[in-house]
Amino acid sequence: MKNIIITFLISIMLSSNVSAGTDGENSLSKSNKPVKDCFENLNRGSFALNQGLDKIIFKPVAKAYRVLPSGVRTGTSNVLTNLSSLITVPNNILQGEFKTAGINTGRFVVNTTVGILGIFDVAEKIGFSEYEKEDYGQTLGTWGVGAGCYLVLPVLGPSTIRDMAGSFVNILGGDPWYNTSVHGNNEYLSKSDYMLSKVVTAVDFRAKNIETIENLKKNSIDFYASVRSLYLQDRQRKIRNKNPTIEIMYEGDWEEIESN
Amino acid sequence: MKKFLVFTTFIIIIISSINKAYSIEADVFIQSTVNRAAKTLGGNLTKEERIEKLKDIARDTVDINALGFYSLGVHKKGLTKDQTDEYKIAFEDYFLKSFSSRLAEYSNPEIEVNSKKVLNDSYTMVSSTLVSTDNRPEVKIVWRVYTENPDNLLIRDLIIEGLSLARTQKEEFSSIIQSNDGDINALFTTLKKFSK
Repeated sequence: MKNIIITFLISIMLSSNVSAGTDGENSLSKSNKPVKDCFENLNRGSFALNQGLDKIIFKPVAKAYRVLPSGVRTGTSNVLTNLSSLITVPNNILQGEFKTAGINTGRFVVNTTVGILGIFDVAEKIGFSEYEKEDYGQTLGTWGVGAGCYLVLPVLGPSTIRDMAGSFVNILGGDPWYNTSVHGNNEYLSKSDYMLSKVVTAVDFRAKNIETIENLKKNSIDFYASVRSLYLQDRQRKIRNKNPTIEIMYEGDWEEIESN
Repeated sequence: MKKFLVFTTFIIIIISSINKAYSIEADVFIQSTVNRAAKTLGGNLTKEERIEKLKDIARDTVDINALGFYSLGVHKKGLTKDQTDEYKIAFEDYFLKSFSSRLAEYSNPEIEVNSKKVLNDSYTMVSSTLVSTDNRPEVKIVWRVYTENPDNLLIRDLIIEGLSLARTQKEEFSSIIQSNDGDINALFTTLKKFSK
């Protein structure tokens, strides 16, 4: 009950914050209104810190991870994706996507059992539809809570006030994997397992994107602004549950653009 | 006179059929552009030769001026004629360097064109997939093709996994202008510095 009240209060605070951050406009998250970078100087500082950490820790670790056989990396990635279903399913329900929640529950059961703790994505092979991760930040977005200001968190990277609040919901009881490993009081799992899963998730992501990030960095005239734009576009797409191959956003921006 | 009319009509029909013959569908246009780029990237060229070839492909297939104006967003309104001309040159140099440098890193990229969606007379979106490799997952790429002139289709944007490169560039440009107190010359200087 305490957790529900805290979540509710955070939602209220976020709604107020959105009004403040958008010059009093009632900005819903599904609109295309820009998210303000209210703390840009601070954010650029955190971004520089993260770049430094990436250079000396994350990138070398990601490169080392890439040396592992492809099958090991795919299996690891599959286990992490399977674990993420534990957050996706409650969010499917909170967003009213009951059919998707059912499919994702089935996927989790199949992959955890037949797929041996998620190492093999058996569900995909037997025809389950494509998996799309969901989180509490996205759910708040679909409920109409605005993003608030853009943030760059030390170590954790790009976020918004809404997405940061969504992450808090995980540790307030919204993530069954966190609850079981950290508060589960059992002999099989501990807090270090949870932490390890988060670190490996970050390394796996970094390893999959080594060239892309290098390429983006090399060809950006303001890398900070590029990352901010990409993060916010990605979140907006996920909140709208848009399929990147079909749905088109920002269509109005392209009207009346002339070649000369 | 009758012969002249028949001859003129014949010529008009021939010209229209030639035009039609040259009009290609947006998905075919993208597949042929992708094949052209893949051939360049897969060939035995030096990096410099690759870059020059990729620049030629970009000049032929991308609506560079329109992309430049889109990237400028609201800041386009206050430009003088001289500034517009200066920007067009600076942007083209910047874009060609950025585009060719981004692509030159890839070797043998395999892209499959899957489908297309006509939005209106001006735009068709073509969906494709960059096939996965051991080190890279599959990537969905949507191409925004400007179809106003069916005989000269042009690419205006690439949307990679739902993220628009043109929009990212627009926000990058805006950030540079804003962090220099709205001075658009700061953007010109940055673009020229990048292109050197």
